[in-house]
Amino acid sequence: MAKRIDARDLNIYYGSFLAVESVCLSIEPRSVTALIGPSGCGKSTFLRSLNRMHEVVPGAHVDGSVELDGQDIYADNVDPVTVRRTIGMVFQRPNPFPTMSIFDNVVAGLKLQGHRSKSELNEIAEGALRAANLWNEVKDRLDKPGSSLSGGQQQRLCIARAIAIRPDVLLMDEPCSALDPISTMAIEELIEELKRDYTIVIVTHNMQQAARVSDRTAFFNLVATGKPGQLVEVDRTAKIFSNPSVRATEDYVSGRFG
Amino acid sequence: MALLQADSSRTRANATSLASRTLPRGTVPGLGIAACGLAALLFSVAPFGGFAGYVVFSGLLFLVAQTATSFAVEGRRHAVDRFASSLVHTTFLIALLPLLSVVWKVLAQGSDQVNGNFLTHSMRNVGVSDAGGGIYHSMVGTLLQGLITSLISIPLALLVAVYLVEYGTGKLARSVTFFVDVMTGIPSIVAGLFIYTVWVLTFGFERSGFAAALALTILMVPTVVRSTEEMLKLVPNELREAAYALGVPKWRTILRIVIPTALPGIITGIMLGIARVIGETAPLLLLLGGTDSINFNALDGPQSALPLFIYDQAGRPNPEAIDRAWGAALALILIVMILNLVARSVARLTRVR
Ligand SMILES: Nc1ncnc2c1ncn2[C@@H]1O[C@H](COP(=O)(O)OP(=O)(O)O)[C@@H](O)[C@H]1O
Ligand SMILES: [Mg+2]
Repeated sequence: MAKRIDARDLNIYYGSFLAVESVCLSIEPRSVTALIGPSGCGKSTFLRSLNRMHEVVPGAHVDGSVELDGQDIYADNVDPVTVRRTIGMVFQRPNPFPTMSIFDNVVAGLKLQGHRSKSELNEIAEGALRAANLWNEVKDRLDKPGSSLSGGQQQRLCIARAIAIRPDVLLMDEPCSALDPISTMAIEELIEELKRDYTIVIVTHNMQQAARVSDRTAFFNLVATGKPGQLVEVDRTAKIFSNPSVRATEDYVSGRFG
Repeated sequence: MALLQADSSRTRANATSLASRTLPRGTVPGLGIAACGLAALLFSVAPFGGFAGYVVFSGLLFLVAQTATSFAVEGRRHAVDRFASSLVHTTFLIALLPLLSVVWKVLAQGSDQVNGNFLTHSMRNVGVSDAGGGIYHSMVGTLLQGLITSLISIPLALLVAVYLVEYGTGKLARSVTFFVDVMTGIPSIVAGLFIYTVWVLTFGFERSGFAAALALTILMVPTVVRSTEEMLKLVPNELREAAYALGVPKWRTILRIVIPTALPGIITGIMLGIARVIGETAPLLLLLGGTDSINFNALDGPQSALPLFIYDQAGRPNPEAIDRAWGAALALILIVMILNLVARSVARLTRVR
């Protein structure tokens, strides 16, 4: 469980457009790394390149390497499907499968990957829902559709769905930006608990959130629109927010731009 | 300055009341009754005539009276609103009229015919001008041909639609789309002639239910491809991405996430396709052969079908045959309706609640 990630000289393209340029970033296991930066600087793009979701977009590709505990996930003999089973993802907008019940949503990954015994699925579903702090709220209506839950509950359902496949790493792209403050707090607490078992990378627009939940923070920036985004600085979160080494970072975290 | 402005706007807000003058309740029905009455009066004294003319005239009278009254009492915006909504309702009724009159006519003429005897007997040994006989042989034909057409068309059309939406890029996809569009516009007689040329003249097969089903397939595939394509496009990309992010391969994502999400719409499209081809007549004239006897084998020997039967009977001079045509028409409508209801309830069963 919980593996480290090393991105080396990663250039990320949409067709011929270079969206993110030469990122070198190491992500420690059992920690939370926050990605911050102004809109359009490539945080989502970088995050999606970490589990090969980037290439789902037609024409999108990368060069450079991303190593998961030393193994390049972009090597020729690596199947992206296997990578995504190891590196889970939670999206900005909660997206439960509308045709499935709450229970089926949680075990969707396992069921769709192949078959498992019913009792095993029951056990895993309960575990994942407990881990996502959702069990008590839904245990009496597991057969209701996932879309019958509130936005915050749906997002925790999506987190449960992501951890039900037992990934080593969990990527989260602004998981709270569509949620109210109470649900946000619930998810932040959840992240705090999850980091005992997982490596977590979270994109957030909310500086306080980055400061609250993350151990390390990476600041991405954009010289000008149309230019590729770059990794400006990565350090311990406390240092980024109190005493960053680059001027642009200080301007950004103190709210002078972005 | 700013203070002054805020002040003046507050007084203005106080001056304008939120309530405005509206037509008293009962005015609109009153106007309607008055319009009908006035029209009746005019029609009784003036040399106008005809029920249709009366309806149109009183409708126009009502529209004018309502708009004018509303304009005088409520003002321009309400008058326009009332005028537009009257127009919308009227056009809705006009659009409904042909449909209702068809159903009414078929029910009135056909309901006497459709009984147990009619539904369970063929026309074998029933003379041209005799009463009696039935449509069993034609129903068997229609259902078998519909079944064969569906068995070929539905998988083919679904695969083409999935290819176009999920896999197709570039030249091939564009040309497939183009040909599907062209095929949508093929007249049914042309589809019939094509199969006749290929199946009967070139390959030398006999005319049969299967030959007719082949022509119907040409007509059904493009409509189902089109509607399925639209439904698949409506499935949000986020759901596909959510499945990929769980390590689900693409083909399984399509099969287990995309198609189930779009299923109700896909089924509706399929039903429309079946409804279209099941009432198609032209290809049957060329390809079916036609018979008065029951033939369960679509591959061997001539078959009958409801549209062909209706065409044949309605063209005869004696009233017994005409009555049989009406009965068959009603049966055809009922079959399409029952298929529709069955498909809808199947779609509903697959949904989580
Ligand atoms: N699907 C896409 N196709 C083409 N360009 C894209 C796509 N998604 C994002 N981009 C471009 O990549 C850059 C980075 O976008 P993104 O990663 O979404 O930024 P962020 O998440 O930091 O706001 C932007 O210039 C954006 O226009
Ligand atoms: Mg983003």
